Amino acid sequence: MISILETYGTMLFAALGKTLLMTLLSLIFAMVIGMIFGLMNVGHNRVFNFIGTFYVDAVRGVPLIVLAYFIYFGVPAGIQGIGFSNFRLEVLQAGTIALSMNCGAYMAEIIRAGIESVDRGQMEAGRSLGLPYGTCMALIVVPQAVRTMIPSIINQFIITLKDTSILSVIGFPELTNVGKTIAGNTFKSLETWAIIGVMYMVVIVTLSRAAKWVERRVNRGR
Amino acid sequence: MAGKQYQNQMTDNTCKIHVTNLKKNFGSLEVLKDISLDVTEGEVVVLLGPSGSGKSTLLRCLNQLETATSGRIIIDGHDVTDRHTDINKVRENIGMVFQHFNLFNHLTVMENMTLAPVHLKVASKEQARQTAVQLLQRVGLEDKSEAYPSQLSGGQKQRVAIARALAMKPDIMLFDEPTSALDPEMVGEVLAVMKELARDGMTMVVVTHEIGFAREVADRVIFMEGGYIVEEGSPEELILHPKEPRTIDFLSKVL
Repeated sequence: MISILETYGTMLFAALGKTLLMTLLSLIFAMVIGMIFGLMNVGHNRVFNFIGTFYVDAVRGVPLIVLAYFIYFGVPAGIQGIGFSNFRLEVLQAGTIALSMNCGAYMAEIIRAGIESVDRGQMEAGRSLGLPYGTCMALIVVPQAVRTMIPSIINQFIITLKDTSILSVIGFPELTNVGKTIAGNTFKSLETWAIIGVMYMVVIVTLSRAAKWVERRVNRGR
Repeated sequence: MAGKQYQNQMTDNTCKIHVTNLKKNFGSLEVLKDISLDVTEGEVVVLLGPSGSGKSTLLRCLNQLETATSGRIIIDGHDVTDRHTDINKVRENIGMVFQHFNLFNHLTVMENMTLAPVHLKVASKEQARQTAVQLLQRVGLEDKSEAYPSQLSGGQKQRVAIARALAMKPDIMLFDEPTSALDPEMVGEVLAVMKELARDGMTMVVVTHEIGFAREVADRVIFMEGGYIVEEGSPEELILHPKEPRTIDFLSKVL
């Protein structure tokens, strides 16, 4: 085990960095995607409702691994087919898109449920004072919804971090992919996968502890 | 029908609320069938009636929390049933008090009261705070400005809710069963604030089951049932000497 760490230590930490980078990028995009489609599903505009529901159903209905193949291999092939023969997607780009879309769909549902959990009277009180819909959402409903959403959001963050391992299938050099390489080179499967497992675990446990702390702070004074 | 006798009485410019042939359906359910109603400046109108009679829906149509299916509602000369009317602007002038208070739970009392005036630029932050302090004194809660709603009793919450509505300096106040969710010992403190408002000349439309309040404060009492105005008149006439059998029947149950 020591010998693996000596030989491949830098590689492992570089891979961990890639995993975290992709997670962070995906989470940022997923928050934006989730906000957009989540809010579309909250209002009563039929067109928006349709778009929001369609997005969530479509993305949740496809396994992440299929989505990753589709975006990494399928989409560039399609675009090349219509004449842009130089079009390529980097693995990081394709992986981040797939992961953001996937996480975004779940975020949309978390955000929708969170907003719907806020009593209708809060919006009505705001509107009755003359405040526009968007202002009521932003200043009255969403701040109250966020409190109920935090545990689900943290949970989704952790799932997304672990889902980066799925993107090893399109060749992204994240932790799991590097694990495969090391296990193949050294024939020390047990040690390698134990190290990889512990690395994921340390990061996730740290993250969830930090998140718990944030959650407690936000709920203070409630 | 008894309701007709008031129709032509107030077409002058002191008319604050003018409702003609209002209908409201929820799907296939007709909640308001044909409502016409005028309220003049400074008048206190109390809506009575059994649950499901459409009183709350009528009230909520006035500031368009419910959109009318047909008919016209003119508030201070603005047709709120017209889609081109800036409803937010009209609402600034109509305060509303809800059965369940609907205070913003994540904000302090002070923040509850200054949010709309500051955001809508009705007042500067400093002015809004001053107004809030004065209003809180008026409802007897000057020491609660930094409290959160969860730290208040029901009666206190409702008084803050009234003060919050008044912070926009409205001409009209709508009350939707303001004492129905309160413990009995807290009803009085809320009614006292409402009485004072009425005395100061506020135009008020109140949905309530407090017959005593109606008798003491109302200029006019309207009895509704099944989506119609069945009978209206002064508290004397309607509460002590009702004419319509359905009014008599209702009052015999609640008095």
